[in-house]
Amino acid sequence: MRLPVTVLVLTLTLPLLGAIVSVAAPRRAEVLVRTATLIMVGLAVALTAHVALSGPVVIAIGQWMPPLGIELMADGPAVLFLLVNALVMAAVMLFSLKPHGQIGSDNRLVYTFRPLLLLLWGALNAIFVSRDLFNLYVGLELASLAAVALVGIERKRDSLNAALRYLLFALTGSLFYLLGVVLIYAAHGTLDIGLLTGQLGTYPTDALAIGAMTVGLAAKAALFPFHVWLPPAHAGAPAPASAVLSALVPKTSFYITLRLWFEAAPGAAGEIAVNVIGSLGALAVIYGSVMALRQPRLKLLIAYSTVAQIGYLFIIFPLALGAAAEASESVADAAWNGTLFQALSHALAKAAMFLCAGLILEAAGHDRIDRLAGLVQVLPMTLFAFGLAAITLMGLPPSGGFMAKYLLVSASLEGGVPVWGLVVLSGGLLTTAYLYRPMAAAFRRSDPASAAVFQPVERWRQALPLGLAIASLALGILPGAPYGLMGGMP
Amino acid sequence: MSEWLPPLMLATSLAPAIATFFLSQDNHGWRNRLNLGGALLKVGLVVFMLVEVAGGTLHETRFDLVPGVSLLLRVDALSLLFLTLSAFLWLLTTVYAIAYFDRKPDLSRFFGFFSLCVFATTGIALSGSLLTFFFFYELLTLSTWPLVVHKQNAASMRAGLSYLLYSLPASVALLLAILWLESWTGPVEFAGPTDFASMDAATQRWLFVLFAAGLGVKAAIVPLHGWLPAAMAAPAPVSALLHAVAVVKAGAFGFVRLIHDVFGIERVTELGLGLALAVLASVTILYGSIQALRQSGIKRRLAYSTVSQVSYIILGTALASPLGLIGGLAHLVHQGLMKITLFFCAGIYDERAGIHEIADLNGVGARMPWTSVCFSLGALGMIGLPPMAGFVTKIYLGLGAMESGTPWVLAVLAGSTLLNAAYFLPLLYRIWFAEPSDGDRPGERPLGIVVPAVISGLGAIAAGLLAGADFSPLGWATLIVERHYLP
Repeated sequence: MRLPVTVLVLTLTLPLLGAIVSVAAPRRAEVLVRTATLIMVGLAVALTAHVALSGPVVIAIGQWMPPLGIELMADGPAVLFLLVNALVMAAVMLFSLKPHGQIGSDNRLVYTFRPLLLLLWGALNAIFVSRDLFNLYVGLELASLAAVALVGIERKRDSLNAALRYLLFALTGSLFYLLGVVLIYAAHGTLDIGLLTGQLGTYPTDALAIGAMTVGLAAKAALFPFHVWLPPAHAGAPAPASAVLSALVPKTSFYITLRLWFEAAPGAAGEIAVNVIGSLGALAVIYGSVMALRQPRLKLLIAYSTVAQIGYLFIIFPLALGAAAEASESVADAAWNGTLFQALSHALAKAAMFLCAGLILEAAGHDRIDRLAGLVQVLPMTLFAFGLAAITLMGLPPSGGFMAKYLLVSASLEGGVPVWGLVVLSGGLLTTAYLYRPMAAAFRRSDPASAAVFQPVERWRQALPLGLAIASLALGILPGAPYGLMGGMP
Repeated sequence: MSEWLPPLMLATSLAPAIATFFLSQDNHGWRNRLNLGGALLKVGLVVFMLVEVAGGTLHETRFDLVPGVSLLLRVDALSLLFLTLSAFLWLLTTVYAIAYFDRKPDLSRFFGFFSLCVFATTGIALSGSLLTFFFFYELLTLSTWPLVVHKQNAASMRAGLSYLLYSLPASVALLLAILWLESWTGPVEFAGPTDFASMDAATQRWLFVLFAAGLGVKAAIVPLHGWLPAAMAAPAPVSALLHAVAVVKAGAFGFVRLIHDVFGIERVTELGLGLALAVLASVTILYGSIQALRQSGIKRRLAYSTVSQVSYIILGTALASPLGLIGGLAHLVHQGLMKITLFFCAGIYDERAGIHEIADLNGVGARMPWTSVCFSLGALGMIGLPPMAGFVTKIYLGLGAMESGTPWVLAVLAGSTLLNAAYFLPLLYRIWFAEPSDGDRPGERPLGIVVPAVISGLGAIAAGLLAGADFSPLGWATLIVERHYLP
């Protein structure tokens, strides 16, 4: 049993080491980053395979079991997120290795971008395997700070403003979360999720604690109406950074929310609370989509799409914890698995889409949707990748997004609460509407008089988003393996 | 062996599709070889299966997505009816498309999506469950869009938008209907009518309406037909594919599955839905014909004619009568053969002589005899002149109407025949008898665009002449009905 533990430890420490080394020895960073990236992907694959075959990997740090020590656990959902994190990070890392690109043009950017990305990678991995509410807080803070720095990395006025606004939201969110942690610790004397199971709700402060933590996490996950920081931040960052920010960072806050509600406090959900959270998710779907429909710029459109897609995730609360779930266990399972499919496939597809936007920006020099005519002739592979990613986001078969939609709508119909299913279905239609605009614009043949001039982009960089998009489809073509790891309602 | 046959059938289109995407634009040789090879292989497999299924063998492949959700491919006689049509016409259309486009740009993209389209159509034919059907039905929508907008001009972009505006809400309705039904009954497979015992009649009707809305767009039932005439902006091989093989047929085929394998014709009749659908189909038949009469463009007239003719299939399916069903099923093939001939010819007129208005057809028969003969065969078949395929369809639909006690359908058929004649005969008159307007003599070259039209035109005659044979479309339709839907 030693080897899997070593792999897990490496997964957490290697990115941090890499970050430190690439700050210390920036000249060798290129080779180093390449090697570290490949190793990290290998580790994630190995860990996932191990967990799939022989169950969760658990580490009690220093051999101390909770409540004295801290426990790390890589269970099914954790390794799925670790793996998707590794795939997205690797693609982004390789994408930014370009010597004369958007990131690469400025050495200072290269030297800051990579260490920040590695730092973020490590922080996210730590969140996925932590079982301790305070540990999660530390990971969350680390991730937030790296993410804020990535938003402002280009030091342009707009992006600095966006970063500042993001920082404000992130810190407020953290404070709320920390408040909850303190209340729980005061009442129960432990922060270990496993030990808290079944305990929360015994003290009057528990409801307040869970409420405060949920509000804090919702703000960080950009749940409507706390989403206002997200579009400028994600659209303002350089495209590869946006890919990580939109695909992964809000998911971690959501992930912690899941651990909190479903593992630490499974019985504590009130019917009103879960319906309120679900309604905010539904509003996010509608509002984010309508806003995306109105954006003139591609990156803003994709950023608003994130607001909408995150909305779907929160529909798990009424489906899996509401009255519907009590009727049947399979409803709750479908809701849980559907939500995880949504989170994972959105991560892959959204990262692919932002990388495509980055390539389009490089080729065109701008990302105004109404001036993309003729692009399909120059960047066919990029447009193809964009189209595949769009299929996942729309939730059309065969894709991970379709599995998500199928399971969520089934759960809502079977549970007798069709309204949530209808939200998911209409969200799919709205997604089609807003993603159709850039696709159609790029497909239109430009008239020769005002033919836009596009720069060519290397094929291997176009292949990176294509790879991510194909991975998001593969989730729907071969959903059996991830489904097995998700395991249904905890 | 049999377990591998359905996936292999899918692979004959999927593999060329994927490989074609990776070919460079000017690698004409390999692109043609891949697409023709796939099409030929598929025809071979289909013939093999026809023999097997006629002998009573069933092929089935199940692929579990997640526990409780599986894709099921099944080859029964009905799947083969649609599959045979699409396999043969795909081969013809591939030959035609290769000659039609010759060295035009963006062909890797075109043939890639073209094969993907056929992959989806094959999947629809082979679907053994509602979910599988939906899977491929959606894929068809997606893979058709790049074909519709292939020319990338304003008109084709509008056509593409209109296609999606109709198709995607329809697919949401279909998915909702499927999941709603399955939340009552569990996964629905096409093995005889589903058990609806626990559902009240009103819910069943709503469910059916939702299904019909989802399928009605592709089947171009009025008022969901608006995308079809707009899609005329696509190149001729695409129109042929949309109108004869893939899209409208997927919708019509879906109706057959819905009525006979999901609800069951008895339930549909009991709920009064059969009559409602027959009325809707009749309205579509007459409306499409009247609209066709009013068009001045050849392709637009043909498009409205499709709207009208596809509803024959729906009509035959909705009548609670074995003979009507035989007529409807046979028409699935008959309409395909006749309509693809017409579109091949319209494409030749357009491409070789620049003719796209009916008024410009004057005297073209003398200049382009082969094309014009084929066009005339298709048109006469559509009118229902014996011994063409269309005549057989109309006879069976008429008999079916008598059998099911809905004689008013005869009036619809008669009216439609008159209208068919009214909008096709003037074309034939112009082609053969009108004085040619002055102009050069465009040749009927290359052979690659004329030969497919000749073959499909001959097919349309053969389907009528040899209707009594076992392997004729009518013979096969009779086999399906005897085997599956007669008590």
